[in-house]
Amino acid sequence: MSTVKLTVNGKAVSVDVEDRTLLVHLLRENLNLTGTHVGCDTSQCGACVVHIDGRAVKSCTVLAGQAAGSNVTTIEGISKGDELHPMQAAFRDNHGLQCGYCTPGMIMSAIDIVQRYGGELDEATVRHELEGNICRCTGYHNIVKAVLDAAGRMKVAQAAE
Amino acid sequence: MYETIYHRASSVDEAAALFAKGGEPKYLAGGHTLIPVMKQRLASPSDVIDLGKIKELIGVDATADALTIKAATPHCDVAQSSAAQKAIPAVAYLASLIGDPAVRHRGTIGGSLANNDPAADYPAAVLALGATIKTNKRTIAADDFFQGLFSTALEDGEIITAVSFPIPAKAGYAKFPHPASRFALTGVFVAKTKDGDVRVAATGASQSGVMRVGPIEAALKANWSAAALDGVQIPSAGLLSDIHGSADYRANLIKVMAQRAVTAAG
Repeated sequence: MSTVKLTVNGKAVSVDVEDRTLLVHLLRENLNLTGTHVGCDTSQCGACVVHIDGRAVKSCTVLAGQAAGSNVTTIEGISKGDELHPMQAAFRDNHGLQCGYCTPGMIMSAIDIVQRYGGELDEATVRHELEGNICRCTGYHNIVKAVLDAAGRMKVAQAAE
Repeated sequence: MYETIYHRASSVDEAAALFAKGGEPKYLAGGHTLIPVMKQRLASPSDVIDLGKIKELIGVDATADALTIKAATPHCDVAQSSAAQKAIPAVAYLASLIGDPAVRHRGTIGGSLANNDPAADYPAAVLALGATIKTNKRTIAADDFFQGLFSTALEDGEIITAVSFPIPAKAGYAKFPHPASRFALTGVFVAKTKDGDVRVAATGASQSGVMRVGPIEAALKANWSAAALDGVQIPSAGLLSDIHGSADYRANLIKVMAQRAVTAAG
């Protein structure tokens, strides 16, 4: 057992876990942040994507200890109170989800994509960049629309700040 | 996953000292090979020693003669590095094709080489460019480093610290990715050195891991062009054959990927 100290969604936390614990299990089972999902458990599907120090990573393939000292952001940490993050709002407005299982990972990957490309996104880039996130409802069309919509909203929001 | 003890090393020396304490330790860099294998219980190290946060192991740096990538540099940093893009664009491009964006945020060049997966991308660039692998004990030439499936010249406890690629006259990489795993079904790296030598390496194709491709090297040495490879036959003996592609299919892929790589290299 080890004590892992990290910051999750802006809050400092300290958790006692076995060294073999994966970050996704620390989030879900120790912190009850069950928005992050385990889909394939083989780092292919992307349902478990969270941000570590601002970068999208697959939390099923990171040991909790590797995240010690880092800033972790999960799907629960992106809205401002009741106000959805622009990416969440765009997914809702564009029907970017059906069953919703892949959605937290899609949204965390999509925010990372928009942050990396700024406003310079087109449909082909979004489709290519989302290759590590799998949707089994075949909902990609509206997901891509949502990401492009959100990219515009995030640019506007950034310009306003 | 079986139980293990996690250690985070803050220097290469500390990591080597932790390794020397005994048990059955393993080094962990980005973890994108080791952790999946541990989850499947195919590996059960007593201790994992994390190299991922060692500052002296992270960075990309280029001189007039060589591009040096430190071992724990994640693929995304190599892909986006202006030094790498300028010195050897084919290496930056190769890094941009590994896995998917989230995988590239964690996976490292040192981890990829130490593991020597037969379908990994970096071994093709390292072998074709005749790179030098630097460790905490010595330097190893690419020609001596790769020793078959998942097997390298690294000794127990030895740590890769950096990889140094001599800057070629021309280089290109083309990969036919497996659509689900994104590993190379076959990937080919072609390089023409500054003194006119041609070296070509294929990954994902051979039963013994990354390999040089003699017939393509000979054809390109005589005439550096994609058309020069039209009549080249690659023998399928020793190539992988599985549900994703037969040995004959991979033999053809080597030629087609080599042609695309030459076109990309210009």
